[in-house]
Amino acid sequence: MDVLVCLKRVPIAGGTFLLTADNRDIETKHLGFGVSPHEENAVEAGVQLVEQMGGSLTLLTLGPTDAEEQLRAQLAIGASRAILLETDGQDWDPQATATALVEAINAEETKFDLIFFGAESADSAGYQIHIRVAHALSRPIITNVKAMTVINGVVNCERIAGSERELYEAPLPAIVTVRDGLNIPRYPSVPGRIQARKKPIDIKKAVPRVPKLEKLQLAVAPSNSKGAQILGEGEAAVPALIEVLKKIGILA
Amino acid sequence: MSTLPAKAKVVVIGAGIVGNSVAYHLARLGWRDLVQIDKGPLPNPGGSTGHASNFIFPTDHSKEMTAITADSMRQYKERETFTECGGIEVARTPERMQELQRRMASAHSWGVAGTKVLTPAQVKELVPYIDESVILGGFYSPTVGVVDSVRAGTLMREEAVSMGALQTFANIEVLGMDVENGHIKRVRTDHGDIEAEYVVIATGCWSPKLAAMAGAFIPLTPAVHQMKDIGPVPFFKDTKGDIEWPIVRDMDTNMYERQHGTGLEVGSYAHRPILYTPQDIPSNAAAALSPTEFPFTQVDFDLQDEHSLELMPSIIGDENIREKYAINGILSLTPDGMPIVGETPEVKGLWTASAIWVKEGPGTGKALAEWMVLGESEIDMHSSDISRFHEHQKTVFHIKARSGEGFNKTYGIVHPNEQWASNRNVRLSPFFEQEKELGAVFYETAGWERPFWYESNAQLVEKFGEKVMPRTAEWEARWWSPIINAEHLQMRETAGIVDLSAFVIFDLIGPGALSVVQKVALRQMDVAIGRVVYTPVLGINGGFKSDLTIMRLGADHFRVVTGGAHGMSDKKWFRDQLPVDGTAQIVDLTSNYTTIGVWGPKAREILAAITSANLSKETFKFSTCRTIEIGPLQVLASRISYVGDLGWELYIPMEQGAKLWEMIWESGKKYGLIPVGIGVYGTTGRLEKNYRAYGAELETEYNVVEAGMQTPKLKEQEFIGRAAHEKHRSSNPVTTLVSLFVDDHTSSTGEKRYMLGKEPILMPDKSPIVDSHGRRSYVTSAGSAPSLGKHILMTYLPTELAVVGNKFLVEYLGEFYPVSVAGVGATPLFDPTNERILS
Repeated sequence: MDVLVCLKRVPIAGGTFLLTADNRDIETKHLGFGVSPHEENAVEAGVQLVEQMGGSLTLLTLGPTDAEEQLRAQLAIGASRAILLETDGQDWDPQATATALVEAINAEETKFDLIFFGAESADSAGYQIHIRVAHALSRPIITNVKAMTVINGVVNCERIAGSERELYEAPLPAIVTVRDGLNIPRYPSVPGRIQARKKPIDIKKAVPRVPKLEKLQLAVAPSNSKGAQILGEGEAAVPALIEVLKKIGILA
Repeated sequence: MSTLPAKAKVVVIGAGIVGNSVAYHLARLGWRDLVQIDKGPLPNPGGSTGHASNFIFPTDHSKEMTAITADSMRQYKERETFTECGGIEVARTPERMQELQRRMASAHSWGVAGTKVLTPAQVKELVPYIDESVILGGFYSPTVGVVDSVRAGTLMREEAVSMGALQTFANIEVLGMDVENGHIKRVRTDHGDIEAEYVVIATGCWSPKLAAMAGAFIPLTPAVHQMKDIGPVPFFKDTKGDIEWPIVRDMDTNMYERQHGTGLEVGSYAHRPILYTPQDIPSNAAAALSPTEFPFTQVDFDLQDEHSLELMPSIIGDENIREKYAINGILSLTPDGMPIVGETPEVKGLWTASAIWVKEGPGTGKALAEWMVLGESEIDMHSSDISRFHEHQKTVFHIKARSGEGFNKTYGIVHPNEQWASNRNVRLSPFFEQEKELGAVFYETAGWERPFWYESNAQLVEKFGEKVMPRTAEWEARWWSPIINAEHLQMRETAGIVDLSAFVIFDLIGPGALSVVQKVALRQMDVAIGRVVYTPVLGINGGFKSDLTIMRLGADHFRVVTGGAHGMSDKKWFRDQLPVDGTAQIVDLTSNYTTIGVWGPKAREILAAITSANLSKETFKFSTCRTIEIGPLQVLASRISYVGDLGWELYIPMEQGAKLWEMIWESGKKYGLIPVGIGVYGTTGRLEKNYRAYGAELETEYNVVEAGMQTPKLKEQEFIGRAAHEKHRSSNPVTTLVSLFVDDHTSSTGEKRYMLGKEPILMPDKSPIVDSHGRRSYVTSAGSAPSLGKHILMTYLPTELAVVGNKFLVEYLGEFYPVSVAGVGATPLFDPTNERILS
């Protein structure tokens, strides 16, 4: 079982989003970087499959030189090698990104049985790359997967559509995009970190293409969150707390 | 939330451990109408207190830091926010084992209880998850503990509130500060302005930004300390509470490992220095975690992962134990590694306690409050005094260079004479080039490059042979040269020329000048024009605030000359005493004048050959100064000596310094003049003459009588510390400063060893010596006395023990050497009647 997981280096935001002065990018000077949360589920799924069935887990990303940091972090979870398609640091549009990924996948000796994506990237959330890659590779694709098994060359997937559950199966090789809830991604261990430093990363220059989409401006969406609410202090807070716990269904 | 008051006596900015402690202690000392604000929420406003690792190791080589830490531990314990767990500093190298013995000595000097040096097997017994094969031993401190600094701070705040003294306001951002006539006037915030008599900046890594709002400087830089928490650790599954197992400091890798509940926290000071500016720190809203918890950068921790794996393979190497949490936590670093405490020299009424670690927070808060309310803290804080910084030391360049260099020495083995490598050659004397040609080895003081000895004198080592007391042990030979002792001996035969450019020099002028110097100086300052007075400067409790020299140059004109290291604090102390009517002013002349010392039996002849001035002992008396002509130069010559020989300090405008040096040098050739470094001036010459040094023997914790420096008659005029000093004079001192000779230098391996200072002095049965005020005997200064062929240690002894010939032990690097009292009081051991100086 050879698995490929595609990743994207994205800023990790915890507080208020700030934009750069020209409103074209997220201000990242206070931010760390990671991969999109759904991609952590994808790596976990890949690690589990290889643990169960043997084979290999490869990581693939297109991004700046610094994306090596994200590859090393995910190698520490359990992948065996990684490929970095190095850009000049600019965000590429979905067509260019997908084309580059497809070329890299085709250039691999390994014909991956399963290719995982996160459902969408945490920063631009275009929901496009995986479809474009599947189309170019002429492989079946199942998106937004919340549960999955692989048996006898077939991947069985479950996804939520409104109040319904949809079940799909697809023959391998296939492409699956996953969501949170699929599994609980593990954190790296220190031995994992140490091993990851020695794992191979193929760094290839990605050839830029004339973009067909141009990013003009970003705007910060109004937040729905009311932020933290202080219910009270000490015993006085207990009734309010019980109310909340009832409301979210933890207490009857 | 009630609204911010328009006025307060004190505004404390910051609600971390420091701000909370300052507020509490101000209230405890009786101040009311205190307002505390913080830009973050309570109880954890997002500063460094909130993510601190919170453990306390009690021993530091600095007496001041050890005392502040001990007081902090006491305060945490009082509030039941201290959990004792013990701690071990482990050694991987023989050099570190020696350092651990040095730490033992410091523990004994400062009175830290129960410390022991352990074998690897003994370490393993206390910390079963350590691989004892990678260590050579450990320094065990049973009193190490972990505190809850947020809780302790909250309790302190609440105590101040319950005294009716304090109002605290969260989520208030300071926008500016107003200063009027050099005095803080108002704090401007996003919730309105507050007028205040005093403002205390206790905002850790943000402090420079706030100080700048008032035009003041707090020279620190935010820096990253990396920390990784892994778990759950199966071995810790049954542990209760925050901590049970001893904290391990892996000194040689600059790391620590501590159990934290079921996790293991691994911290590092080993990574590259990652320095920020306060402006880089995000707002609470923009920060992903807290503003001072930056995203972890694994690549900086890669090596540390391997080091922790070596030490604790059974936990770190367990693939099932996962990283729970990792941050680049922000802490504050200063260019000399010491905290920043006191009133800013730029703005009256603007105080700070910055660059304080959790282990020092409550103690520093108490000291600052005492300083503000009572005028002096119980613990001498001179090494932390914010007024110590020279102007160039306040530059971002200097702060970053030295803080970055110092960061990786956090757990380092730092030699007492170790020099900084970064940002050198900032202040150069006019004879720097000549000195370089003579092979000067430069040490730095206050930015000045000062020759410590001259390689051109190397042949003198042969001449004097064993008299230079050669050192074979690497530790004592480091940052030292036998040439120092050879220069000393040659100066005593002929003469030496000494670069004294690092003096801080300032004049007091105006009709009010006399009363200012009278107020500051212990000695009579209403002396004849042309007199030079060496005087202690006392704090309000009669301890030593400084010692310095004052020349009376005119009826309304006094020149103060003091050491570079402490000179800026001295200047502030004088300035604080200036009358408000402006009748006395201070003029800083440090950069106007350079100083050359010429001392030795031939000093008079050397100078007489180039001046027509009468230098005879009858005309140019000791302790006097006058302007003389030397060739084309007008030179202020002052006949005093810190080295015990006839000679002069020569003050000359900076640009004429090279000319003066050249003339003296030429004249001196036929008299055997040699260049002499600060090694002689600061140590060997001084110790033979029993001269005391501020910061070593002289501190606020000791008084003039104990130091043996009282004069038979006390001047009539008022001066600071007079009441306390009179009391000291009227009773017998409980402790007395003495000089010791080391009777046998031979170690167990047969090598001669030479103490460097701060070692404990012990009774012959190795028990500590403590006076009735709880002060321990330790070596205040140590060094060669080449003319006596002895190594001298100065120490205070309880007066009943301070008898010539009494025998004691000095603990040095794990061994005990016999010492005996050679002299009691200020009478010099060399040339006790001062024939040489007065000749």
